[in-house]
Amino acid sequence: MNKVKTLDDLRKMRETLRTTLDIREKSNHPEQMVQIRVSMATCGIAAGAKEIMNYFIEALDREKVDALVTQTGCMGYCYAEPTIEVAVPGKEPIVFGHVNKEKVDEIINRYIRQGELLDDIIPVTYTAIKPE
Amino acid sequence: MAQYSSYILVCGGTGCRASQSELILENLKEAVEQHGLQDTVQVIRTGCFGFCEKGPVVKMVPDNTFYVQVKPSDAEEIVLEHLIKGRKVERLLYVDPETNEQVPDSKHIDFYKKQLRIALRNCGFINPENIDEYIARDGYVALGKALTEMTPESVIKEIMDSGLRGRGGGGFPTGLKWQITRKVQAPQKYVVCNADEGDPGAFMDRSILEGDPHSIVEAMAINGYCTGANKGLVYIRAEYPLAVERLRIAIRQAKEYGLLGENIFGTDFSFDINIRYGAGAFVCGEETALIHSMEGLRGEATVKPPFPSEHGYKGCPTNVNNVETYANVPVILLRGAKWFSSIGTEKSKGTKVFALAGKVNNVGLIEVPMGTTLREVIFGIGGGIKDGKKFKAVQTGGPSGGCLTAKHLDLPIDYDNLLAAGSMMGSGGMIVMDEDDCMVAMAKFYLDFTVEESCGKCAPCRIGNKRLHEILQKITSGNGTIEDLNMLRNLAGVIKDTALCGLGQTSPNPVLSTMDNFYDEYLAHVEEQRCPSHQCRELTQYFINPEKCKGCTLCARICPVNAITGDRKVPHVIDPQTCIRCGSCIEKCKFGAIYVH
Repeated sequence: MNKVKTLDDLRKMRETLRTTLDIREKSNHPEQMVQIRVSMATCGIAAGAKEIMNYFIEALDREKVDALVTQTGCMGYCYAEPTIEVAVPGKEPIVFGHVNKEKVDEIINRYIRQGELLDDIIPVTYTAIKPE
Repeated sequence: MAQYSSYILVCGGTGCRASQSELILENLKEAVEQHGLQDTVQVIRTGCFGFCEKGPVVKMVPDNTFYVQVKPSDAEEIVLEHLIKGRKVERLLYVDPETNEQVPDSKHIDFYKKQLRIALRNCGFINPENIDEYIARDGYVALGKALTEMTPESVIKEIMDSGLRGRGGGGFPTGLKWQITRKVQAPQKYVVCNADEGDPGAFMDRSILEGDPHSIVEAMAINGYCTGANKGLVYIRAEYPLAVERLRIAIRQAKEYGLLGENIFGTDFSFDINIRYGAGAFVCGEETALIHSMEGLRGEATVKPPFPSEHGYKGCPTNVNNVETYANVPVILLRGAKWFSSIGTEKSKGTKVFALAGKVNNVGLIEVPMGTTLREVIFGIGGGIKDGKKFKAVQTGGPSGGCLTAKHLDLPIDYDNLLAAGSMMGSGGMIVMDEDDCMVAMAKFYLDFTVEESCGKCAPCRIGNKRLHEILQKITSGNGTIEDLNMLRNLAGVIKDTALCGLGQTSPNPVLSTMDNFYDEYLAHVEEQRCPSHQCRELTQYFINPEKCKGCTLCARICPVNAITGDRKVPHVIDPQTCIRCGSCIEKCKFGAIYVH
């Protein structure tokens, strides 16, 4: 692990990290580089997010869809936990709420594979400030 | 197989559904099929857009056109004009009330988003357990900038100019607090993060720590640089295990990267953070009690002054800020005080996170610019009141705050407006109540909490609140008198004036504000022994309407105490002496024959 010694170090590191994260998001192989974020704050976990995350990983394996599943914090949609965000490269990320196992299968087969949206997706209701 | 290239999103939130959005959905699907577009255009229902006042709303993707106040009969025109001819249906576009112009293009699509995430900027975006993702989103740049390009004074000036005020509820200017701590000369100083979130229903601090722990680590280090402290302490509830775990990971990663520890960014500034656990006492959110608890003493408040800035942890100058306050700091340094102070109202800058709960459709964690109205929050973002009931009041500031009513709906939310209206900002709990909630019972609920949480050091809080609670108990059980109401008000005033710390000084607020706004409910309880919302069990009685009752015997079988009697096909009767008013019979009756009075 390299220590960050100067502000320039940090800025350079930021650029490299951004590029790697970007590649992950904007790859030309959509099926391979789908990114799934599971909202895993205490409330999400209490609503079953952990089980859903595990099931998602299993289902993606089973369906042979190569995607990256990561955890993240609270998205704020408490009324619809567990919530997950699916980012298919080249498209706006979509938030799905009230996710259960059946919905996971639908997301993989209908949204990720065929680009079909599902009923009751959650519109993003906020603007977040963007990095520099 | 269908290859969709565009989508029509129809809002399926409760508000839009009430104005026929389901029918709009059906009509759109039909129109799409009639024009043979079903293989390229998908029509779907979405969750709430939080723009209910202009509902029903329909959004076209990918060009992001947003149609408002759509009627079922508009479906054909939308499909024909927008999808086939490629022209926007101008009469359905949103008109900006300020400029009076239509908003047609995707660049301005955010107009309906009333929320602006500054403190929550990374929550839900990054993996909180990976410092790299934080760095990719400008993490630690503010710290680097402060240490290498700015003096402590200029950082403090920036925070002062930004107008940032304490988000724990008091609203003390953050920059001023930092400056006071800086000016005190001492060999050792401390920076403390108050993560003892105790308001019932508030969970923004937990969410920030769980979603973006590095922002707190960074801000505390910036604070240390400004105030001259090299040690930071986070006082957090032990019942927040996930927040503790993620914070611990964040601190470890920051140390590995050299962003905490000795000589950060090659300067002579060193900073380290440790965690202290609280056992979940409400009073420990008060800074002096918090500091005592960290010192291993009883969690009791002491008289201020001296303020912690002068005489805090182990007698050293200590700067205490709340989690949400810290979360704003790095952004202010990156974007400048001018940018931050352009958001919000004259005296309250930036945004505030609220935990919206109670009888609203979209319960959630929201962040809005200061100055947003209660109406926009409750009826916009919150999607209105559950089950189409009537809005009655909203409690802000938790047990220290007060209730705001329909007449306050258009009040821009900021520190000073809420205080003037008899409530307070508090840490950001916002509990919405509808017509079924009894305000006397609500005041009693909060008193239950403060009586339980009082540390017992000063008499006004220890004894006074207990008496307040007893009087409320008397009123809700139908034994109250007019004298009790006067006593309630007098006693509340005395407690407010004489209690030692913030807990006691604010604990009568729920009583006072409900008395101010709903005095008629108090009167109904004492004069007529009646609870207008049928919430106070001892004041309600259940009846069966003999004209509606078919004698099906369902209620008699369901009643847990066998208070209902009657023969088959003959109207039943409830014995008020035996009835415990549990409400099971009302829930089960198929004929609506049972009522409460």
